[in-house]
Amino acid sequence: MKIGTMRLGLLALLFAIPAVAQETAPPATDDDAPLEVDIVGGISEPMPIAVPVMPTPAATPTAQGDTVSLGRQVAEIVSNDLRSSGLFTPVGPGGLPAVSFAQVTAPDLATWRPMNAQALVQGFVRAEGDGDLTIGCYLYDVSAGTELTRQGFTVAPANWRRAAHKCADAIYARLTGETAYFDTRLVYVAETGPKAKRVKRIAVMDSDGSNHRFLTTGQSTVLTPRFSPRGGQLVYMTYADKLPRVYVLDLASGRQRPLVAAQNMTFAARYSPDGRNILFSMAVAGNTDIYRVSAEGGQPQRLTNAPGIDTGGSYAPDGTRIVFESDRGGSQQLYVMGGDGANQRRISFGGAAYATPVWSPRGDVIAFTRIGGGRFRIGTMTPAGAGEKLLTESWQDEGPSWAPNGRVIMFHRTAQGSGKADLWSVDLTGVNERRIPTPLDGSDPSWSPLLD
Amino acid sequence: MRLKLLTHAALATALIASGCAKKKPKEVPAPPVATGDAAGGSGTSDGTSGTGADGTVGGANLPGSRADFIARTGSDTIYFNTDKYELDDANRATLDAQAAWLAANAGVRVTIEGHADERGTREYNLALGDRRANAARNHLAAKGVSADRMTVISWGKERPAATGSDEQAWAQNRRSVTVIPGG
Repeated sequence: MKIGTMRLGLLALLFAIPAVAQETAPPATDDDAPLEVDIVGGISEPMPIAVPVMPTPAATPTAQGDTVSLGRQVAEIVSNDLRSSGLFTPVGPGGLPAVSFAQVTAPDLATWRPMNAQALVQGFVRAEGDGDLTIGCYLYDVSAGTELTRQGFTVAPANWRRAAHKCADAIYARLTGETAYFDTRLVYVAETGPKAKRVKRIAVMDSDGSNHRFLTTGQSTVLTPRFSPRGGQLVYMTYADKLPRVYVLDLASGRQRPLVAAQNMTFAARYSPDGRNILFSMAVAGNTDIYRVSAEGGQPQRLTNAPGIDTGGSYAPDGTRIVFESDRGGSQQLYVMGGDGANQRRISFGGAAYATPVWSPRGDVIAFTRIGGGRFRIGTMTPAGAGEKLLTESWQDEGPSWAPNGRVIMFHRTAQGSGKADLWSVDLTGVNERRIPTPLDGSDPSWSPLLD
Repeated sequence: MRLKLLTHAALATALIASGCAKKKPKEVPAPPVATGDAAGGSGTSDGTSGTGADGTVGGANLPGSRADFIARTGSDTIYFNTDKYELDDANRATLDAQAAWLAANAGVRVTIEGHADERGTREYNLALGDRRANAARNHLAAKGVSADRMTVISWGKERPAATGSDEQAWAQNRRSVTVIPGG
């Protein structure tokens, strides 16, 4: 998704600063203990990482504040992003020694080694003659004294936060070997009002809660907004005109249209990973089935026809299979079928009800809501139904949505009694669980792809 | 609270009725009492239902009105067991009375709202609410109410009538409400 005049790209930082000799990080040799974070296995100690204030070569005013102040804020964002992953224990920017502009590419390791930080993030903020900002981002292995990665971003001042998230993404990716997820947005349902009559509005915000704005007024109840795979559109359900239907909303233009012309309730919509199709459910005379329709519109194709409730369809990343929930066997369970609806078979047999399946973007597991013992919990299992793992436990945790790297799940947690809901995330280890702050209550989160 | 409200409403209705001295109902049935704060029924629909305290007090039960519907049919709401949508005898009796009223008020169109308690996931509950509303609709249709007079809408768990997180509240929320427009 293009945002205004933003140009966010990798720069050759050789031109930015008199640089150290290497252009890219030297590969870690087998002999060295490579500096990396294991996020697949169990829990290891979070990696201490120092993030000092990023200096500027010349203090320059911008529409977003001067470059000195921005250098502190960029470092704060990087520090917060890394902390939120649960994989790092960032130190700074507050309380750390000042870094001079010259030191950005020649870190004073003697200063950092005694501080116990294994890694060091340095960078700079520079105003360009045309009004843009360049933000440089460098990662060092403190004990080895090597540079691990460097990236630079030129942005319109209004988009400086995104450059900070990109910096955090570069560090996360380099140290974990995974693609990152900080430069993303979230869409969710902002909730206010009494439990019997909640006012619900669609809201979007950056992954760290900034740039929050509402997309709907609250006049009509809205549910389950979900990003298209490129992040430019949403599908969501609205009760506008007392006709509960799925709509497609184009974020850039604000234009929207009903997904299909239907005489019946449509809901539970979700894009295919290639963005070409949309799965949805339609309730006809009490019977709910799953349909597929081209994202461009046209005639929907019905994929299920069992008596009962078939809903919650979600494609595998390669688009060849679909996981969904059905109560055809008497209780809500997960089923997998081909992309055309063939070969429907049950995969969940864990002695509880299973709902809201969402296939991981990596393809390896399916996230779900497990209903049992009076509780809703978020968990994962393989597409074959094996390896069930429960990640959360609460009164009501519901509605998982994957981070684009398939390592973190966002969901909403509803309180017993009050019915107040808020957004939470949990990583695949189930240990790093944290609340996502929102201005109002929040539910039905959906994670955007990594932004361009 | 509930008793007090009933007495007050009944009294007011009786006074008005005797004042007008026309078509006085022999015995004024209790208006429906929602478990929430308003004295309306348990429907929702963002304002299409929910007779306020004013409507109840002024309740002259105009023919074809929501108050009249509730007064003559006993209830606008039927209740279901957990994750069920089958009708029991009490449900059928209520719906039979509703069908009779609709036969006598042929110009009235209704919205049938299906609801679920909070112990299901959001999307499943939308489908479940649709099932319940259709169970009511199908019974009314079987009793002669023409299909084009009935609109079905499911609210899933979005509009609970009772706001607790306990079995008593859930029992009141697993419901289908036959909503007469306009109050």
